[in-house]
Amino acid sequence: MAKVLMKGNEAIGEAAIRAGCLNYFAYPITPQSEVAEYLSRRMKEVDGVFLQGESEVAVSYMIFGAAAAGARVFTTSSSPGISLMSEGISYMAGAQVPAVFVNIMRGGPGLGGILPSQADYMQATKSMGHGDFRLLVMAPASVQEAVSMVMQAFSLAEKYRNPVMILGDGLIGQMMEPVEFLDDYKVEPTNKDAWATNGMRTRNSQSRNLVKSLFLDPEALDKNNQILKAKYEQMKREDIQYETYNAESDYRLLIVSYGTMSRVCRTAIDNMKKKGLEVAMLRPLTLFPFPEDQILAAADVPNCEAVASIEMSMGQMVEDIQRSVLGKKPVHWFGKCGGDVPTPEEVTTFLYTLIDGPA
Amino acid sequence: MGKTFKKPEALADVVTHYCPGCTHGVIHRLVAEVIDELDIRDRTVGIAPVGCAVLAYNYFTFDFQEAAHGRAPAMATGIKRVRPDLVVFTYQGDGDLASIGMGEIIHAANRGEKFTTIFVNNAVYGMTGGQMAPTTMPEQRTTTSPFGRDTEDVGMPIKVAELIAALQTPAYVTRQAVLKPGQIVKTKKAIKRAFQYQLEGRCFSLVEIVSTCPTNWGLTPVEAINWAQDTMLPYYQLGEYKTPEAA
Repeated sequence: MAKVLMKGNEAIGEAAIRAGCLNYFAYPITPQSEVAEYLSRRMKEVDGVFLQGESEVAVSYMIFGAAAAGARVFTTSSSPGISLMSEGISYMAGAQVPAVFVNIMRGGPGLGGILPSQADYMQATKSMGHGDFRLLVMAPASVQEAVSMVMQAFSLAEKYRNPVMILGDGLIGQMMEPVEFLDDYKVEPTNKDAWATNGMRTRNSQSRNLVKSLFLDPEALDKNNQILKAKYEQMKREDIQYETYNAESDYRLLIVSYGTMSRVCRTAIDNMKKKGLEVAMLRPLTLFPFPEDQILAAADVPNCEAVASIEMSMGQMVEDIQRSVLGKKPVHWFGKCGGDVPTPEEVTTFLYTLIDGPA
Repeated sequence: MGKTFKKPEALADVVTHYCPGCTHGVIHRLVAEVIDELDIRDRTVGIAPVGCAVLAYNYFTFDFQEAAHGRAPAMATGIKRVRPDLVVFTYQGDGDLASIGMGEIIHAANRGEKFTTIFVNNAVYGMTGGQMAPTTMPEQRTTTSPFGRDTEDVGMPIKVAELIAALQTPAYVTRQAVLKPGQIVKTKKAIKRAFQYQLEGRCFSLVEIVSTCPTNWGLTPVEAINWAQDTMLPYYQLGEYKTPEAA
């Protein structure tokens, strides 16, 4: 099948359709409004559902209602809009309802900026809403990867009956890259009759289904929380994904970076290699579950002097890296907020300070 | 002599948590009777609010979802868009619909989402212990308006039926009451009409129902009925505010 040049946002929309998700509710927000623009036409072609809701708050509940009724459904937004969805996402996690959320990150906090950022890492991986729950979070570094992750996201959401988030950034959303949609990406429909409110006659059943997150009885609420926790433990056992770059070398520094930032780091690593300095990168593909053991193993080799988190934030993933490395090597952070993606040269300059000391 | 009166199948055979004299019990029953009569129980999905009726799902015997406060119309929109064959209704109180959920109800009604909203107006926040609602009457004392609702400070009560009826999209909007037997009969007819419009795929429906809250009004059930008749009905006038035929 031929590759097509597509804008990230549009490819994400197309990927959902190829994954059998024919239902999209969304609200415009820069830098991801193109998803809605694309799907407002494309959903009609596939006889799917497209609705622009009145706010991200409302959209998050349209997602909840539709998903709870058994439909495969997703939405896209960007940082401030994702904040508005936190309550709905918490409800969905508590009620064990699957759906896919895509955050095309922009600068924050507050209204922030419209250029790329990675400043919602903690929100996505630690605290997407109130209460004890986690999202499975994946971070693509290319448009092709965004496509494959969007498709995987539906399987994972339905496997765990939990919302799943794709954490992209404005660059991934806006850039155009060659993309192909392979047939073997197809995501089979799952049977949701055990829990979905899809109508008793749809299930041929006399017993009704109830989707709720309220458990007034303390034992019942504790039990619900135990069920949720067990899922997150299972995610940690079964669904960690990561990649390494230049890890076969005798690297002196280990970079941990994801998404767009990881591509810049790759160029920096290639440049430094030519100058005789070996640096490796571990790129998490899942930010939750986080490849803690793998980062520790990559850091805990004799030649490696330090670990650096390179992220477009004021230092969020760095805390997870510190936690993973267990104090065995020093952990540093380099980043920039505002929307200017750090250049390979800026990354290189920073990494040299770790080797040579501050300039 | 055969059975002339029985519990609707759509109503669960359980004791409710509602207060003595609470009109939720009456309204639940009317909704259940309509669902039985239209034979739609096996394809109905109800959406419970946050409010005294947060546990409404315990009292009906068909699929139910529990919404966050005010968000039921958005959830109903989601369900109805992906499964237009399901019969969907929201059941909401004053805080849920007219306060936090005002945006959601207006937009769902304006888009003409083909579901039904049962709006229980008892001029107060019941579940949380009697605070002021957007529908609280002028001078009415509540736990957050202990000196009486000061309309200079917080404005006049909101007339939801009129507000929704002012939208340009065809809909069925009616205000009924369940204070007297005659009103209860009319309320049931209105609820049935609303569900029938949904079965036709015709329009959005809102049935506002003037109700009592004896506990938080500090009145006996009978006093509460009289207070609602005397104080609420002159302001919240009953009637059909909009029908799709008149569009």
